[in-house]
Amino acid sequence: MSPENYVVLAAVLFTIGTVGVLVRRNAIVVFMSIELMLNAANLAFVAFARMQGNLEGQVIAFFVMVVAAAEVVVGLAIIVAIYRSRRSASIDEPNLLKY
Amino acid sequence: MTDTGPSAAEAAVFWVCAILAVTGGLGLILSRRAVHSALWVALTMISLAVLYLANAAPFLGMVQIIVYTGAVMMLFLFVLMVVGVDSSDSLVETLRGQRIVGILLAAGFGILLVLAIGSALTGVPAAGLDAANAEYGGNVEGIARLLFGEYLLAFEVVAGLLITAALGALVLAHRERWQPRRTQRELSEERVRSGEHVGPLPAPGVYARHNAVDTPALLPDGTVAEISVPGPLRARGDLRPVDVAAVAETEALASGAAALGPADHPVADDPGTSPGEPS
Repeated sequence: MSPENYVVLAAVLFTIGTVGVLVRRNAIVVFMSIELMLNAANLAFVAFARMQGNLEGQVIAFFVMVVAAAEVVVGLAIIVAIYRSRRSASIDEPNLLKY
Repeated sequence: MTDTGPSAAEAAVFWVCAILAVTGGLGLILSRRAVHSALWVALTMISLAVLYLANAAPFLGMVQIIVYTGAVMMLFLFVLMVVGVDSSDSLVETLRGQRIVGILLAAGFGILLVLAIGSALTGVPAAGLDAANAEYGGNVEGIARLLFGEYLLAFEVVAGLLITAALGALVLAHRERWQPRRTQRELSEERVRSGEHVGPLPAPGVYARHNAVDTPALLPDGTVAEISVPGPLRARGDLRPVDVAAVAETEALASGAAALGPADHPVADDPGTSPGEPS
């Protein structure tokens, strides 16, 4: 099984995440799509590590996971804060800067 | 490539997990409700963990299960419970045609990516991780050697980032109380003055046949009292439709019972179906 297949699968998952970010309106679903894109990048890192024969790709994937966890914590806190003030989790609602 | 045994097994693992992962991803963007999306993403994360294991990365596979399916997705579900299960997508398009253009652009991007990777990586031999894993006695030891050696500074910075993120979440989720907490008396006075429903809300579904919470109570004139059903069920549209035939049948039974007398009420053999009904 060549690692190329894993990278192609990562590309497909990344594309699905892109569609989710572009199309969905619920902030939480958009956030989960971003998580999917980060995971696709991780899969590519792991496949590349195997292709190159050293462990640095896995270490980078580990760092991506840590940063993603931090990002999820802050992002979800922002979503909850916006929901408290505006009673909505739609990403089209907070348009106060528009006018 | 030369030995067929492990390679064929890995191919089977790859195809099963790849199909599951893509199914989860499609479920994420196609589900109407955010809770279903979260469960589909959890499926994708578990499939990816198995793929990491197949890629000679047992440490990352376990971290993926613990961090993503264990912590991150559960955090998502907690927030979904806070924000409300009724937070489904609005169908109003702020930008006209954005959905179509977004799908087209993403499809073009995906085709480009897959073709570029396919042409760039076809026939590239995989070095394999066996030597790198065996160098310090195992995958975990090898990663630890890199993490606490070459990448020590990045590791410390990431630790700082995690603490900052936790503090930031605390600050963002904290709500300062600007005025003293209102007493029960003030709340009840305000409620009476507002002129809305003052008494307790009617209990759901206390006519015969159903007493589940998704069954709305009927008003004396036969209309449905929607406020008798809990708010989340109402928001999700999970009201059980009133069975008109059953209502008529119940009325017939009740009138028959009135003729027979209240002592042998035909519905009364199951007291659970009509709690609180005056005899």
